[in-house]
Amino acid sequence: MTTDTASASALRAELRDLYDDYAAALDDFDLPRWATFFTDDCHYRIVSLENFKEGLPISTVACRGIAMIHDRIAALGVTAVFEQRVVRHIVGGVRLLEAGSEIVSQGNFALFESQSDRESQLLLVGRYLDRIVRQGGALKFRERVCVYDNYRIRTSLVYPV
Amino acid sequence: MNSTSILEASAVRSWPEQQRDARIPAWIYSDPALFEREMEVFHTGPTWNFVGLECEIAQPGAYKRSWIGTRQVVMVRDENGEIQVLENRCAHRGAMLVWENKGVVKDFTCPYHHWNYDLQGNLLGLPFFRGAMGKGGMPRDFKKAEHSLRRLRVALRGGLVWATYSDETPPLDDYLGPEIGALVDRAAGGGRPLKLLGYNRQLLPCNWKLYLENSRDPYHATLLHSFFVTFGLLRTDTAFKAVPTIGGRHAIMASTYSAATANTQNEVTKELASLKSDFRLEDMELVKPVDEFGDSSMINFSVLPSVFFQQHGNSLALRHIIPKSPTQTELSWTHYGFADDDEAMENRRIKQANLMGPAGYVAIDDSEVLAMMQPSVNAAPDSVQVVEMGGRDVSPQETMVTETLIRGFYSYYREKMGL
Repeated sequence: MTTDTASASALRAELRDLYDDYAAALDDFDLPRWATFFTDDCHYRIVSLENFKEGLPISTVACRGIAMIHDRIAALGVTAVFEQRVVRHIVGGVRLLEAGSEIVSQGNFALFESQSDRESQLLLVGRYLDRIVRQGGALKFRERVCVYDNYRIRTSLVYPV
Repeated sequence: MNSTSILEASAVRSWPEQQRDARIPAWIYSDPALFEREMEVFHTGPTWNFVGLECEIAQPGAYKRSWIGTRQVVMVRDENGEIQVLENRCAHRGAMLVWENKGVVKDFTCPYHHWNYDLQGNLLGLPFFRGAMGKGGMPRDFKKAEHSLRRLRVALRGGLVWATYSDETPPLDDYLGPEIGALVDRAAGGGRPLKLLGYNRQLLPCNWKLYLENSRDPYHATLLHSFFVTFGLLRTDTAFKAVPTIGGRHAIMASTYSAATANTQNEVTKELASLKSDFRLEDMELVKPVDEFGDSSMINFSVLPSVFFQQHGNSLALRHIIPKSPTQTELSWTHYGFADDDEAMENRRIKQANLMGPAGYVAIDDSEVLAMMQPSVNAAPDSVQVVEMGGRDVSPQETMVTETLIRGFYSYYREKMGL
């Protein structure tokens, strides 16, 4: 095994941990920890495949900069009215696409939602399209675009993806 | 079958006799026969329905699918540049003709038996018209001209495409009336070309009228929507008008945005448990709109049966209310701006769109409340709801604390439904 493939392999393992840790933060409703996965100049979007394919700029959620990430967390805690639910992330198919000073990678997600008095349901399925940088030794998302395949959202999308 | 079941239902279920304008029986949110009748009276009846934006189908042959009630239609720009609205149903066996949401075609061919139609819906040809090897084929007197796609009447206003199934629908301008007509033109920027910014779609587990009422209910906005209240975007201490038009067919909610009252308290807002006066955003541009129409106003209005014009800050959208069943409704948001918006304005619209849609800071409250309302109305169809805030009549009022627009809608609804 060459050093290059060894380091690429190590990076892939690191990426898988990053994706899993990110998902665990959301599954635990630890939104302050979720914010720490982003750079200050981050761009976080949740966008339908319909808009994404057509290159339309509207997202279902769009945060440009860490301030907007903090605002979404605050609004969820202070002003939003919604029914309690549990959301579980299943993340897989993590692929390293480019390993420069900015890492380009992607992965698949499926989100299951469970609420009182009804069956659990598949809430969202899609892909993460990511640009990642290393800051202070840790990998952070400079850009995370969550493209969902669903034609429409069932009722509401409360928590981040 | 429908008329019988409606008669049977109405024998045991009728509109409450007392305070008719201020009472709503819960069975209207779940009765399947009533739902079918509503689709005939309001959607495929003599009404103008929102279909889409002209700018979505810019070139000849460009099409987009849409819905009128539970029926699917295709709007398409023909070779002459005219917009046609055709039912998405082959005249042969009723198969769905177009399977993609959008596309560009020369003509339409049904996937099932390859019947082929031009962009006006005329049947051009069909395979084996004269049979094969001397056998089969259509009868000699089959006339292609009699087997076109169902073509709807189309009208354009404000860059929007409207369609109607009925020959009896009055001209669009008369159907809208002068007040709504002027607001459609205002929402369209007074003739500036529109620019499509994108879509949001959600499936609400509730009857379509629960959403329609919600969009004609300023009272709830002052209480449920903490986000609005906290940032002064919509509050009881700002000037407000609630105006039903044409006997309750349409409804206008106009508020004056006041930067002065934003995030301050007075005797009115002390009533509001939802005001979070110590809550600040790190990025306040989200709640600081630019006065783009020059009248310091946010005007939202509802056009029967299926579209709500949204102006929340600089987030402009058409909310298309698409009934799917008595207990399911798709809410389809078409977000737009103007072709001559500068980059700052377009970015502002994109940022402020966070208020709306299935994850919207404000809109999420509505989808959650309505999802929790449907099971209760399902379970108690003979219960009766009270809408007496601001009185019992259907007059225009200058306050948010009123249900006059809901009363106006049901006054109109009962007349058309014969209830």
